[in-house]
Amino acid sequence: MIRETRTIMLDGVGGQGIIMASKILIDGLIQADYDVKSSEVHGMAQRGGSVITQLRYGDRVYSSLVGEGAVDVLFAMEKLEAMRYAHFLKKDGLLLMNEMEIPPASVLTGESSYPGDINERLGALPVKFFPIAAEAKARELGNVRVMNVIMAGALIKLIGLADDLDWSAVVTAAVKPQYKELNLEAFRSGMELVRHSRPQVLVCNR
Amino acid sequence: MLTTKVMLTGNEAVARGAWEAGVGLGIGYPGTPSTEILEALSLKDGPEVCWAVNEKVALEEAYGAAVGGLRAIVTMKHVGLNVAADPLFITAYLGVNGGLVIAAADDPGMHSSQNEQDNRWYALHAKVPMLEPADSEECLRFTKLAFELSERYDVPILLRLVTRTSHAGGLVLLNEEMKYSRIKRDYVPSPRYVTLPGNSRARKKVLERNLAAIVEDESVQTLDLMEITSPEVGIITSGASYNYVKEVFGDSCSVLKLGLVYPLNVNRIREFAGMVRELVVVEELDPYLENNIKAMGIRCEGKKYITSFYELNPQIVAASLANTTLNIPFPSAGSRAEPAAPGPLPGVPARPALLCAGCPHRGFFYMAKKAKLMMTGDIGCYSLGAMPPLEAFEASICMGGGYTMAQGLSLTVPEGQKVFGVMGDSTFFHSGITGALEGIYNGRAFVPVVLDNRITAMTGHQQNPGTGRMMNGAPTLMQEPAVLFKAMGYDPVMQVGAYDLDAIRSAIQTAKMASGKAAIVVKAPCRLIRGVEGGSRRAVHQNQCQDCRLCLRLGCPAISLGEDGKPVIDALSCFGCGICQQVCRHESIYEVAEVRS
Ligand SMILES: Cc1ncc(C[n+]2csc(CCOP(=O)(O)OP(=O)(O)O)c2C)c(N)n1
Repeated sequence: MIRETRTIMLDGVGGQGIIMASKILIDGLIQADYDVKSSEVHGMAQRGGSVITQLRYGDRVYSSLVGEGAVDVLFAMEKLEAMRYAHFLKKDGLLLMNEMEIPPASVLTGESSYPGDINERLGALPVKFFPIAAEAKARELGNVRVMNVIMAGALIKLIGLADDLDWSAVVTAAVKPQYKELNLEAFRSGMELVRHSRPQVLVCNR
Repeated sequence: MLTTKVMLTGNEAVARGAWEAGVGLGIGYPGTPSTEILEALSLKDGPEVCWAVNEKVALEEAYGAAVGGLRAIVTMKHVGLNVAADPLFITAYLGVNGGLVIAAADDPGMHSSQNEQDNRWYALHAKVPMLEPADSEECLRFTKLAFELSERYDVPILLRLVTRTSHAGGLVLLNEEMKYSRIKRDYVPSPRYVTLPGNSRARKKVLERNLAAIVEDESVQTLDLMEITSPEVGIITSGASYNYVKEVFGDSCSVLKLGLVYPLNVNRIREFAGMVRELVVVEELDPYLENNIKAMGIRCEGKKYITSFYELNPQIVAASLANTTLNIPFPSAGSRAEPAAPGPLPGVPARPALLCAGCPHRGFFYMAKKAKLMMTGDIGCYSLGAMPPLEAFEASICMGGGYTMAQGLSLTVPEGQKVFGVMGDSTFFHSGITGALEGIYNGRAFVPVVLDNRITAMTGHQQNPGTGRMMNGAPTLMQEPAVLFKAMGYDPVMQVGAYDLDAIRSAIQTAKMASGKAAIVVKAPCRLIRGVEGGSRRAVHQNQCQDCRLCLRLGCPAISLGEDGKPVIDALSCFGCGICQQVCRHESIYEVAEVRS
């Protein structure tokens, strides 16, 4: 069976752990014997700008990125960033969003306001929209930094990504040994957060 | 052979290729998206790897190593090649001994650059053969071969990367049993290495002969891909653009992917053109291939369809070729799937990059704006000082230009006024020193300022002569910009702490009034350097605050407008630099006495 090339786009704000989340996905996809390409733009990320990574996987992947309207899954670590890049999704694509707000500078100084209707507006798009409280869950686990791993767990569960793979082993290998238990718990709780959602079959490339 | 499949970025793959080729020296100057090549190489045992003070210096050093018989790789971003252009052109004439590879990374789309120049023209202009890999696997293979070609044809080789090869990850098979083995050729002294007109006249003939020969080289043939799958439309392309073409068209049209983009293999292109009815060139940025192919007398179209602006991707390629008279089917409709939205959703506030909370650059910019200085800036984190609300300088061009442009401007202002020029420490060492000297030499009404945060911050914290450490961490003499200013004849040279606004104010005042030539060094380490500690955090007395919002004019991401319309300071992101407390006129910002964890 030919495995169509799919595109996952991860976005968020510098420091939210996008690189780590994509590393987990990449490591797993390689173990599941996919061809994988990735593309990163992290120009001024350290200075609080937005960060974007694309992952593409299939039997034979040529391009490391796609343009607007061609992404299968958007994995957004922040609400405003979900909205900023939502138009990269295909119709019927999947949008997984961390329920977290990080105000940009213009909001901090009162020159603009943080949109209050993001969930409604994203929910109105022709996509499968899954807002999840990964940040809150991470706080509950005692370390807000694991929200990226929670999101990764949720995504893998939602789209049934390489579902015969031992993802726990992948997570374990990707994190520092002293944080192993915390990350595994985060990963499992991410899966748990979407337990009641039906597994999503991704839109086909054709 | 024990092999493992790993994901490498293009930059890591170039480093691996150089290492497998037994490179003796890796040298360059940081610049996005090229920086990680040397960083990856420095993690490997064997070669000498270092940051040079600038790209010209790097290329000249590497050339010396190559003449002496070592293999050397030089890395830089696209504009770095402008700085290194002088030696680039000459080394092509003189020829190398050990292989010399210059990896220069373009940034189409200007993700992190001041322009998007297409460096393929440099190859043509400087007569330096250029290889263009499309993905990580090719980055490794092409780099390795580049060293052999350089030695075989006695020329440096340019390796052209773009953001989407440098920063793209792809799977590569590595031979785990490979060991590093440094290549060293004998050095035979020869007058040919001396650039004198007589030598160069003779060497130019050698160069042209070698350029003609490299095209015919058997291993170079393996760099091209000729895929004849249809007699209708044939696409000529190279590098990352090839990936986009294949993604969209698969095997539904014929493709010639060129691995050697200078000199062009005329016979190969002619042969391909003869096998298809229509010829299209798909390339990012300039019509480099297209113009050259047209000059061969071959009919083709390129920029008629494909934009020369910014970065391409499969969707842009598909859309550009969809509504044409070209007879091509679109097998991969995925590249033209229906979008979820017709365009970006409206009403999304931008998220521009900001100087960090506690950034040592902020205080000087705030005071400079207050003093209404006429000032030119430069390139680094401190470029953000031009953005609101700081808006402290009015112009910047290229690294080093912060000082020299100010001197030109000084000729246009009223007698008695001085123009300030500001740059960071790495930029000062890169090309600020010569400009500072110019200020003394020609007696300009100019004040040089160094924002010395003791690191090359913008590109991700590389060592430089001011850090007192070499790339590998080994100690070296720590350069002080103040000492260099004094040696040039600047007086007074004022060194002030970056978080001491009074000291900054009086340094600016003194510099404006000084009869001599003043220079200012503003100093504090970048707060992101490991081990750099902040002060105690600040907070706002909500009932004392007069709501003048001066503190918001610092553009500090830790300070925001609270619910009640008064500023609040975020306890987590405050670094405790304390400049907001100094700015506050109503003593409403105070130090929170607590032990930081
Ligand atoms: C010729 C050239 N080489 C490299 C770069 C990439 N680059 C931009 S800023 C910068 C370093 C700035 O460091 P520094 O002057 O210390 O300022 P900081 O970022 O630390 O504030 C570099 C290497 C460039 N823009 N132009």
